[in-house]
Amino acid sequence: MTTTSRSGSARGGGRVVAGRLPWVLVVPALLGLAFLVLPLAGLLIRAPWPTLLQRLSEPQILEALRLSVVTATIATAVCLLLGVPLAWLLARVDLPGKRVVRALVTVPLVLPPVVGGVALLLVLGRRGLVGQWLESAFGVTLPFTTAGVVIAEAFVAMPFLVISVEGALRAADQRYEEAAATLGASRWTVFRRVTLPLVAPGIVAGAVLCWARALGEFGATITFAGNFPGTTRTMPLAVYLALETEPEAAIVLSLVLLAVSVVILASLRDRWVNAA
Amino acid sequence: MRRVLLTVLAAALALAGCGAEASGGGKVTVFAAASLTESFTRLGAEFEAAHPGTAVTFNFGSSATLAQQIVQGAPADVFAAASPATMRTVTDASLAGAPVTFARNKLEIAVPAGNPAKVRTPADLAAPGVKVALCAEQVPCGVAAAQALKAAGVRVTPVTLEQDVKATLTKVRLGEVDAALVYRTDVLAAAGEVRGIPFPEADRAVNDYPIAVLDDAPAGDLAKQFVQLVRSPQGKDVLAEAGFEAP
Repeated sequence: MTTTSRSGSARGGGRVVAGRLPWVLVVPALLGLAFLVLPLAGLLIRAPWPTLLQRLSEPQILEALRLSVVTATIATAVCLLLGVPLAWLLARVDLPGKRVVRALVTVPLVLPPVVGGVALLLVLGRRGLVGQWLESAFGVTLPFTTAGVVIAEAFVAMPFLVISVEGALRAADQRYEEAAATLGASRWTVFRRVTLPLVAPGIVAGAVLCWARALGEFGATITFAGNFPGTTRTMPLAVYLALETEPEAAIVLSLVLLAVSVVILASLRDRWVNAA
Repeated sequence: MRRVLLTVLAAALALAGCGAEASGGGKVTVFAAASLTESFTRLGAEFEAAHPGTAVTFNFGSSATLAQQIVQGAPADVFAAASPATMRTVTDASLAGAPVTFARNKLEIAVPAGNPAKVRTPADLAAPGVKVALCAEQVPCGVAAAQALKAAGVRVTPVTLEQDVKATLTKVRLGEVDAALVYRTDVLAAAGEVRGIPFPEADRAVNDYPIAVLDDAPAGDLAKQFVQLVRSPQGKDVLAEAGFEAP
């Protein structure tokens, strides 16, 4: 344990001071690790290994998994498109009431996702402020559609992206941008040619976090988009429903979700660690 | 640093002490089907009034979820389910003895006020463009809905399969769907926002509601007294008012 934590910190930011590890830090750290890892171990131990393959080949599982991956990816794309400019606005532009704006951006982080789902219904539902207009003008209704799932996921996941990109922007050396500006580059050119490459690792980190959050999204999705196989039943919803009658199936589904996210997070680990 | 730690520790101990004191009085924990929300909340208040110092806490949800929670060791005293099948999950695990049926419930078609899709019969639920919410077949109201629709000879493609009857009702309340199959009791509970349409085939899918005291009920006799209240004439009145039928 000691060696792994040493090498981990060495990667992050140079050699640490030598000397005995202070137990005041080590004991809670190990407790924290156990607290996070033990429930996962519980899932692995209680998993119905003999019937695992057979359960995994059920079409409903693949359907839910595909839907989850597709919607989380689209939601992340939406978040990138809207969230990066928002983060830039918060980090680089002197807005009046910026503190309030920043607080508002983080609201979905603390809002119970189910409430987020209800809020989305009240705005984008058939009788919602915007939704009724969408229906009468374009015949578009968002609840109970895959687009609705993407919206619910983007709503809860975007703050993760905005916060990490804003952090990266604040940490980035602004002298490069100033230099570019004095050489005559417009603000858009500076953003595109200097800022974006500079904070790319932060954007990747934010996108990964955002994707992971979207993949696990449950409350807003089930409230706003409903629960129907193939269109809106993502993995977390399938897990919840399976728990009603078949806890073993729920464990299998969770393991799949876990495996997918571990593989993807691990494959992005280097950038992730550098950015953090 | 040390002083901060000590303060935190002292505060934690004080809080723990308070918690222990508060749980000194009588406490009954009732796990009940979502459809019992209104009637049991009322009965709980009446029970507390009749037994000063006791507190009745409820965990309302889909009977299937509650049954799983009890099997996994949730500290319940009483379980009231919306179907014998979900009760069986608990009795099969030898956690409760002989449950008794205390009420019955029937489905109705619920439509939002104004009935925008002009739904009148189960057959209308299958019409193109009519958005229908049903309970998932994993929970009692979903089983009943499937039976009733089968009896009516109607094939419905819902837009969503909700995880309990209150969630299904919410979709009608908000006007997000044109119709849903929920219990008569839920229609009554949402009177004003939702209109109920009875249909004859619902008689083929009547749900029996069993109730049982769990063998390891921490509340002991208090739990039995709560079940007695539910089955008393007083309890029957409350249930009948909510729209339940006597068994």
